[in-house]
Amino acid sequence: MVDMAEINKRFDIHEIAKNKLAEIEKYICTIYCCHSTGCKSSGSDEIIALISQIVEENGLNEKIRVVATGCMGLCAQGPLIRVEIKGQKDLLFKRVDLDATADIMRQYVVPAIEAKGQAVLPANLERYVLSLDLPFFKKQEKVVLQNAGHLDPEDITEYMAHGGYLALEKALKTMSPKEVVDEIKKSGLRGRGGGGFSTGMKWELAAAVPTVDEKFIICNGDEGDPGAYMDRSILEGDPHAVIEGMMIAAYAIGATSGWFYVRAEYPLAVERLEKAIKACKKNRLLGNNIMGTDFCFNVDIRLGAGAFVCGEETALIHSIEGARGTPRPRPPYPTNKGLWEKPSCVNNVETLANVSKILLKGADWFASFGTETSKGTKVFALTGQVEHSGLIEVPMGTTINEIVNEIGGGVPMGKTLKAVQTGGPSGGVIPAEYMDMPVCYEELKKLGSIMGSGGMIVIDDSSDMVSLAKFYLDFTVDESCGKCAPCRIGGKQMLTLLDKINRGRGKKKDLELLKQIAFAMQKASLCGLGQTAPNPVLSTLRFYEKEYTNKLLDTPKEEK
Amino acid sequence: MSEETSQACQVADKWRKKRGSLIMALHEIQGIKGYVEFKDAMDLSERMNIPLARIYEVLTFYNFFKLVAPGKAVISVCTGTACYLKGNDKVLDKFKSELKIKEGESTADGLFHLQCVRCVGCCGLAPVCVVNGKTYGRMTPEQVPAILDEWREAFKEN
Repeated sequence: MVDMAEINKRFDIHEIAKNKLAEIEKYICTIYCCHSTGCKSSGSDEIIALISQIVEENGLNEKIRVVATGCMGLCAQGPLIRVEIKGQKDLLFKRVDLDATADIMRQYVVPAIEAKGQAVLPANLERYVLSLDLPFFKKQEKVVLQNAGHLDPEDITEYMAHGGYLALEKALKTMSPKEVVDEIKKSGLRGRGGGGFSTGMKWELAAAVPTVDEKFIICNGDEGDPGAYMDRSILEGDPHAVIEGMMIAAYAIGATSGWFYVRAEYPLAVERLEKAIKACKKNRLLGNNIMGTDFCFNVDIRLGAGAFVCGEETALIHSIEGARGTPRPRPPYPTNKGLWEKPSCVNNVETLANVSKILLKGADWFASFGTETSKGTKVFALTGQVEHSGLIEVPMGTTINEIVNEIGGGVPMGKTLKAVQTGGPSGGVIPAEYMDMPVCYEELKKLGSIMGSGGMIVIDDSSDMVSLAKFYLDFTVDESCGKCAPCRIGGKQMLTLLDKINRGRGKKKDLELLKQIAFAMQKASLCGLGQTAPNPVLSTLRFYEKEYTNKLLDTPKEEK
Repeated sequence: MSEETSQACQVADKWRKKRGSLIMALHEIQGIKGYVEFKDAMDLSERMNIPLARIYEVLTFYNFFKLVAPGKAVISVCTGTACYLKGNDKVLDKFKSELKIKEGESTADGLFHLQCVRCVGCCGLAPVCVVNGKTYGRMTPEQVPAILDEWREAFKEN
């Protein structure tokens, strides 16, 4: 006779979390090693192996826990390791190599454990220490990234020990689907992929369409914007948070199965996601009658294949179907006719990662971050000419000055800030004069840029804006799917004109023509790619027209 | 029937019952062989019951898929924005002049293949190049010859 109660207990998330916490509590020291793409590239694999080897050599297996985590944020200073010893101050070490790791372990960690928390860091190792009091860490507000860098993304029990799947349990057992939708609506969460459409409203629309045989929830992880890696880091650092968010979304809208669409260029993210899904199945969190309720749900992964346009939802749907990723006119919207003509709801990775936190802590808590219209936090990939390049999360409404100069540590090598670019190839530049502008959907739009998915590129005074605009346009022209004429032909013509101007052959009328084509593309293109492709040109033209006119043949040159 | 052919058939058999799995099957074939050649596409077409034209429609649409065998070492130069701002174009030029090929081409000895990729997601390490999965961060043009020698050595040993 099988004892059902005993079996159910094995899959009880509270029980698993309790056991894991008790296990963690036994260790005196935990060493967290960043194990995301950035730090892995800088050699964190070997470093983790070395740490484990030294722990083994000293017979400290039961005292030291080594955890390979997701992104800790400061990618430029990687590989990063954080050492937490009970009774000692937490220390973060930067740019460690194998020798430094061995020294840190043998001269600090091992003696510290033996000295029962009274060890001092040898002076020769101080140069590797990165202060945790830096504005880079202090100024951030981690909601989506709260677990990244603090747990092993490949271990589901650790996620549970950090409160994982409690939100799902709350939704399934105590809330009706409508209550979940209402809670998300109330929180003011908006799509983090760039569009900024209210997530609650999207779910409401999707929930209103009756489920005949199938309804899908799709997670958009096709992060094509060059210079942005938020979604990759979330999937690598905390894949279960995204899966949990998707399951809650599925429950709210009545979806029968879910699809992850992830770029093939992110092998590590795909691998971690696959492992996470497997772990969910093993723990009966996916499949039939999840947590003993009537809720049944399954997920699958589909890979992108290097097409920027597939970030657009209708193109993405075609790509999941195994076809060319070309967009189609909307309406009908995917919420009515999506994947295989069935109602589908497409949400971004970061959007879904927010969901479980909102359900657990409440819509009011979430809405306490941010501005009037943009609630919560936003993850940015802060890159380019900035001291502390990395992954950051700040409340909406934080000013660009705070992000670039305080968190980012300013522009290096004595250069001055010229502008910040957001929204990638669909966005625009924000000149240094607008540094005090709060970052939110509306304010960025006013300046002709967009929030986008979260790429924030810092540009110093050595960069030429015409070339930058050409760089972006080059990208969108290359990535245009070619289905509609305004985008296919307009983009190419704009690029030819821009090239002509950049080579010093342009005339005044070329600038006019550039604007006209841009206008036509914005109005007549089929999808977001074409509609926003002229943005980098228009935006640089708006703020840095002199840089364009200085390159023209028939216009007198002016000093910058 | 050669070994490769049966591989494509195996892949097709694995995926054909799943919906919309053509791209996944192509990924798997490219993962095994490094590219998708005509007879693989034919095998997929037959086994998965998809017209050959539809398979090529997909193969040629997506940048990721290769139709001809790349070199042994695939050099991917990141052309994301952060790498662009930090001067990866100079690194690319150096690769081109050292190898005497253009992007998207392979060297005559079949050793190297040079390609540009859109953001590998290591912007903190910009400028970045990836050779067969190994990432080189904070690149300068001066490092290029050493990297090429490193890989030449690696192939010599085998």
